[in-house]
Amino acid sequence: MSTTGDRQTETVYQEVQRSAAFADLRSRLRRFVFPMSAAFLLWYLAYVLLASYAPGFMATRLGGSNITVGLVIGLLQFVTTFIITMVYVRYADRRLDPPATALREEIEARRAEQAR
Amino acid sequence: MTSTLAQSGGATVGSPWLNIAIFGLFVVVTLVVVFRVGRSNSTASDYYAAGRSLTAAQNGTAISGDYLSAASFLGIAGAIAVYGYDGFLYSIGFLVAWLVALLLVAELLRNTGRYTMGDVLAFRMRQRPVRAAAATSTLVVSFFYLLAQMAGAGGLVALLIGVTGKAQQALVIAVVGVLMIVYVLVGGMKGTTYVQIIKAVLLIAGAAVMTIWVLGLTGFNLSTLLGDAVANSPKNGEAILGPGLQYKNKVDLISLGLALVLGTAGLPHILMRFYTVPSAREARKSVVWSIWLIGIFYLFTLVLGYGAAWLVGPAVISDPNTPGGTNSAAPLLAYELGGPFLLGLISAVAFATILAVVAGLTITASASFAHDVYANIVKKGQATSRDEVRVARITAVVIGIVAIGGGILANGQNIAFLVALAFAVAASANLPTILYSLYWKRFNTTGALFSIYGGLAICIVLIVFSPAVSGKPPNAAGRSASMLQGVDFHWFPLDNPGLVSIPASFLLGVIGTYVGSREKHNAEKYAEMEVRSLTGAGSEKAVEH
Repeated sequence: MSTTGDRQTETVYQEVQRSAAFADLRSRLRRFVFPMSAAFLLWYLAYVLLASYAPGFMATRLGGSNITVGLVIGLLQFVTTFIITMVYVRYADRRLDPPATALREEIEARRAEQAR
Repeated sequence: MTSTLAQSGGATVGSPWLNIAIFGLFVVVTLVVVFRVGRSNSTASDYYAAGRSLTAAQNGTAISGDYLSAASFLGIAGAIAVYGYDGFLYSIGFLVAWLVALLLVAELLRNTGRYTMGDVLAFRMRQRPVRAAAATSTLVVSFFYLLAQMAGAGGLVALLIGVTGKAQQALVIAVVGVLMIVYVLVGGMKGTTYVQIIKAVLLIAGAAVMTIWVLGLTGFNLSTLLGDAVANSPKNGEAILGPGLQYKNKVDLISLGLALVLGTAGLPHILMRFYTVPSAREARKSVVWSIWLIGIFYLFTLVLGYGAAWLVGPAVISDPNTPGGTNSAAPLLAYELGGPFLLGLISAVAFATILAVVAGLTITASASFAHDVYANIVKKGQATSRDEVRVARITAVVIGIVAIGGGILANGQNIAFLVALAFAVAASANLPTILYSLYWKRFNTTGALFSIYGGLAICIVLIVFSPAVSGKPPNAAGRSASMLQGVDFHWFPLDNPGLVSIPASFLLGVIGTYVGSREKHNAEKYAEMEVRSLTGAGSEKAVEH
């Protein structure tokens, strides 16, 4: 569905978009954020469904204490949120930032050259 | 434990003058800061985005200051104190929502846009219609959120300074509005940011002190605290340890949960904060800061809520004669713990919370009008940065006045309901459009218009015809829990429209894209947007001062 004439005058952005390095960066990002988003949304949804349809189970006390299953699962939502945050930052620092920086420097150098 | 309350006469607790003095001190300190940082606000980048020169720690703290509104502090603590577990559900949705912002939105948005949500949505689309749509939904979301905060201010002063007359409350709402206008006009984004940072630090520190205090009284044993809360809740008893007291309608609970978790990453005043840092990496680090601060704060509110149930008791908190209603749980707990001084401190913090949030909302709404509507639609992108800022300032004044009027009219409405509404609109109109434009190549102008306007319209229609607006059965005192009394025109069964309006908006985005499939695909702009969003090439740089 490309428009006519864009082959001769492709921009730097279009060339980079077609490059293998960029495709790799895009798939690294999507491979991480899409499954992870699906996972935490399902886990959250499971929690909300349990709270609405299994209140008895959620109100079950653990041992002889006043701590309930629902409270523990709720606190686990906090724990998973913190863990996913830390895992993502580590992933982004190591696997996303270096190739993104390399591509950005390349693009900015080429655009500066064109502008000259 | 409640004898001290009775002694104070029931109308107010603590000393109104002490409360006013502590709050006055906050206002003076923040005004000095705002005037000091407000000098360098001539360009649009300074005024809207603080020159993009904030650090991640500053921005992350400001984001939590922007996000932890009166509804989440007073509302959640109060809900936990009265209904127990169900109040906790709110905070979980509000926190998990940040993962959507972290993983899917913050960095790509920072790399692509300049000042507003409209910058990103219109990037590769036809500018004028998409910007108009983005500005419309930004204004609607900000307006609902503003109303909630302003209405909350009225209820709060009833509790804090004993002002119960509607006219005097209206005066207080007007004072809040005027202060907010001053912060925004003088300080721009940088001034607003500092107000939010000061408030976030005070709020989180205050909540931390009270949490440790409550836990200390129980020997740092959560189970003991829960047991004490049950013992002092004669009406509900052990039921406060499990779900089901506040939300009787199971489907409604799911609908609310969906709106909460998907709304945050579509709130324009949160999105705008990602532009105030120099790079996408700093935007990511900002979100990490805010996730930690917000998460820890919500853990505090869990202790505060059950602590209030134990030390103040749900009978006092939900008593219709207690000023401020459920929202009074945290301030009353402060009074039980530390007497009038701690009450004054916590009340001033709660009030500061409202001020900081309304300032953030006002600058966002005015930026969207000045940047999307005036500069890009009216002036077709030819406005100077100075003109844009001038229009933004005028808009801020207009929004302030409208918010004062609306706040006076909405005084007494349920804050949590109004905030949930803002979240539902943000999740329905904004989030699907943002995600499609960032990740879906074929998405086009028609698709964007369908999902924004469609999501917005469905959401508002369902709210108007929901039991939240009309038709809930009246209670023993003859008052219905609906917004309107004595009429019933509801046909939609849920209080929160999210369960229907969010999937509908995602679907409309797809339908619109196919309807508009004969639009010319702008390959050049799409390449620029995608490459820019992932690499940061060509993104807006920080301003050197």
